[in-house]
Amino acid sequence: MLDQIKLETTNPGATSTALLPGTMTPANPKITARNVSVFYEQKQALFDVDLDVMPNEVLSLIGPSGCGKSSLLRCFNRMNDTIDVCRVTGNITLDGQDIYDRSIDVVELRARVGMVFQKPNPFPKSIFENVAYGPRIHGMTKDRDELEELVVSSLKRAGLFDEVADRLQDSGTSLSGGQQQRLCIARAIATRPEILLMDEPASALDPIATSIIEELIDELRQNYAIVIVTHSMQQAARVSQKTAFFHMGKLIEKGETEQIFTNPVDAKTQDYITGRIG
Amino acid sequence: MTDFFDSPANKSSLHTGMEARERLRARYRAEWMFKALGLGAIGVSVGFLLFLFTTIFMQGWPAFTHNFVALPLELNAQTLGDEGVISEESLSGADYDAIVRTAIREQFPEVSGRTAKRTLSGLISPGAPVLLREALLADPERRNAPNAITLPLSDFADLYLKGQISRSTYRTGEGELAIEVSETGVLISGADLAAGLESSGADGKISLSREMPSLLLYAGGGVFKLETLEGNLATARILSPLDAGETTKALDWQVRLIEVPEANRKFSDREIVWTDKLVERQLVQAKFNTLFFTRGASREPEMAGILGAVVGTALTLVVTLGLSFPLGVAAAVYLEEFAPRNRLTALVEVNINNLAAVPSIVFGLLGLAVFLTFFGMPRSAPLVGGMVLALMTLPTIIIASRAALRAVPPSIREAALGIGASKMQVVVHHVLPLAMPGILTGTIIGMAQALGETAPLLMIGMVAFVVDIPGGFTDPATVLPVQIFMWADFPEPAFQQRTSAAIMVLLAFLVVMNALAVVLRKQFERRW
Ligand SMILES: Nc1ncnc2c1ncn2[C@@H]1O[C@H](COP(=O)(O)OP(=O)(O)OP(=O)(O)O)[C@@H](O)[C@H]1O
Ligand SMILES: [Mg+2]
Repeated sequence: MLDQIKLETTNPGATSTALLPGTMTPANPKITARNVSVFYEQKQALFDVDLDVMPNEVLSLIGPSGCGKSSLLRCFNRMNDTIDVCRVTGNITLDGQDIYDRSIDVVELRARVGMVFQKPNPFPKSIFENVAYGPRIHGMTKDRDELEELVVSSLKRAGLFDEVADRLQDSGTSLSGGQQQRLCIARAIATRPEILLMDEPASALDPIATSIIEELIDELRQNYAIVIVTHSMQQAARVSQKTAFFHMGKLIEKGETEQIFTNPVDAKTQDYITGRIG
Repeated sequence: MTDFFDSPANKSSLHTGMEARERLRARYRAEWMFKALGLGAIGVSVGFLLFLFTTIFMQGWPAFTHNFVALPLELNAQTLGDEGVISEESLSGADYDAIVRTAIREQFPEVSGRTAKRTLSGLISPGAPVLLREALLADPERRNAPNAITLPLSDFADLYLKGQISRSTYRTGEGELAIEVSETGVLISGADLAAGLESSGADGKISLSREMPSLLLYAGGGVFKLETLEGNLATARILSPLDAGETTKALDWQVRLIEVPEANRKFSDREIVWTDKLVERQLVQAKFNTLFFTRGASREPEMAGILGAVVGTALTLVVTLGLSFPLGVAAAVYLEEFAPRNRLTALVEVNINNLAAVPSIVFGLLGLAVFLTFFGMPRSAPLVGGMVLALMTLPTIIIASRAALRAVPPSIREAALGIGASKMQVVVHHVLPLAMPGILTGTIIGMAQALGETAPLLMIGMVAFVVDIPGGFTDPATVLPVQIFMWADFPEPAFQQRTSAAIMVLLAFLVVMNALAVVLRKQFERRW
């Protein structure tokens, strides 16, 4: 298992940010999380997490089911605000600015920090409308042609266009689970966010569609920062530069992906990536 | 784990053994029972509904036709003109009462005496002169074709022709009758008279009072009402004179028995004979009762129409919908999507739920006290009625809308919020359209309630007797259920028919409203 992962991590993009031209000095983190805890009513789901998301990097969050990965992800675009019983403490900054500050506009924040949800949630509107909705409300395109172009290119990059080219007016909910997942990815990238949060974006995809998404992630990394939650160790190893391992709401270990998968410090991490807990 | 899953008893027979079979059978039995109960419930309700509808239809159906009479009216310069010249003014001022009266009396020149003449004129509806005037004012040229103008018969003449006054049986007599008309009355004699009347002839002298079924003798072109009987001798009263002279011998004669005694009906034997004559002369025609659909309230059943109430209802419901739909939806959206969850909103919520259970008459009292007394708004107006009903339907719409909004999956809200839609955009673009079918269902239930509401409208004076069709929101008006309530209170049988007919119109109104809601709902469902 470990050998396999080691083989796959030889992908050139997957080593370090320092290799990128013009970024010899380490960049400032895009997102910093300090002491972040998440509570659902009295129950604490996340305990004092410290984590940075660097620009032009993919950070993957791994850990057993229920360990708080989604809860953390949802802090980054303040999606937890919409849950009445949820309370977030600690400090999270985006480009050095506290995102829980009063001066921050959540609408703008969510436009900058896009999200692909764990459960595919297309709008019960046409496929076209699903993708066009974000650009439309943000006034991103001048006319219909430009909008159509944006929709088509978003669908193409999510690897869905060929399947739906002749049925763009069909309902988004009439697609299969995997197609819906890709539709949601297309919808998220169409608003061109600075940071993309992806909660198990490939959980219902076949290997080919998965590799299209992984290529997309790699490509998006040139301009964005990406946080991805995944249950596939191979996927984490393939697409991410940094990995954070969570267990029962606690951040157990974080570091370079290669290091986590080849030489984990913590015994729990070792157990998890070798399939002994989870 | 081992103790439960590996116990050998469970292994082979868990889903196939006798016990399992029995369990399965019990399950199917329960399912069958459940289905049967459901079917039974549907059957019972459909049965009741059918029963209700058939009784209403049977009662109300005759009101949709009415018998009209085409009399040769004297419409000339003498009757219509002012000193021989016909003008708009003279047409509007002419004595149409006299024209109609003369026309009907000309049909029965033999009728004499003030009461008899008045009874005769009463065969034609008192509204006939009004209609004649309206017809001529609308198109003065119609005076040139007086026979084409039909006037409504009175309600009882109409009921008689529809067979709703009494049943009659006829017997054809045999043998010759001698009829002698004298000053004191009519003497009828004939060897077979007793046989023709099916009387034994041995009872001595029988006098037929008003409390007994009427016996009418048709002979020699005349009609006689029998008053006393003694063997083969009878005395009678003339209802319609003989063709020939004062004494005649008749071979063809007929006896008619009218089962309901004259004292028990509002339509005398004489009127029956006159009406029969009009029919005989082919002057009477049964037509679709347009009056019922084009006129407002009236004391005369044949002139009473539903249009005033229909327009009043439409105006009232427009106000109700215009107020309660936007207010209700806005309140529901705020409470469901924006309001913080605290004691105040909880209190508001409880109050709304309680309001839905408040008896409607209380809203009427509120309307009376606030809208009429305090704000001094007009009585009997659809505007005020609509406002009161809006208060009443508001809780229904709010509750239904909140349920519909709550049923929209949260994932849709998350999806929209997640790409940077504002709360307002989430609601307007996604949540409201998805909830709209449910909101419309709630609205239509509220409107149907409002449509059938009487009590609160009585409080604000919409029970007034309104003859004119209301032309605006502040004109005095009445509404369908109140109209039905008022008609049901009138003793005339023709009004009872109209009550049922008005109920049918109300039901039709409801069906149209429901159909509209279904179409709208389809529209919203098709959006995606
Ligand atoms: N809306 C909520 N209300 C109450 N508790 C919640 C809610 N959402 C999550 N939790 C709890 O928080 C904990 C962490 O959940 P979270 O969804 O972050 O897990 P996860 O790591 O994403 O799991 P998975 O891999 O299965 O998606 C769980 O114990 C869960 O029960
Ligand atoms: Mg999750």
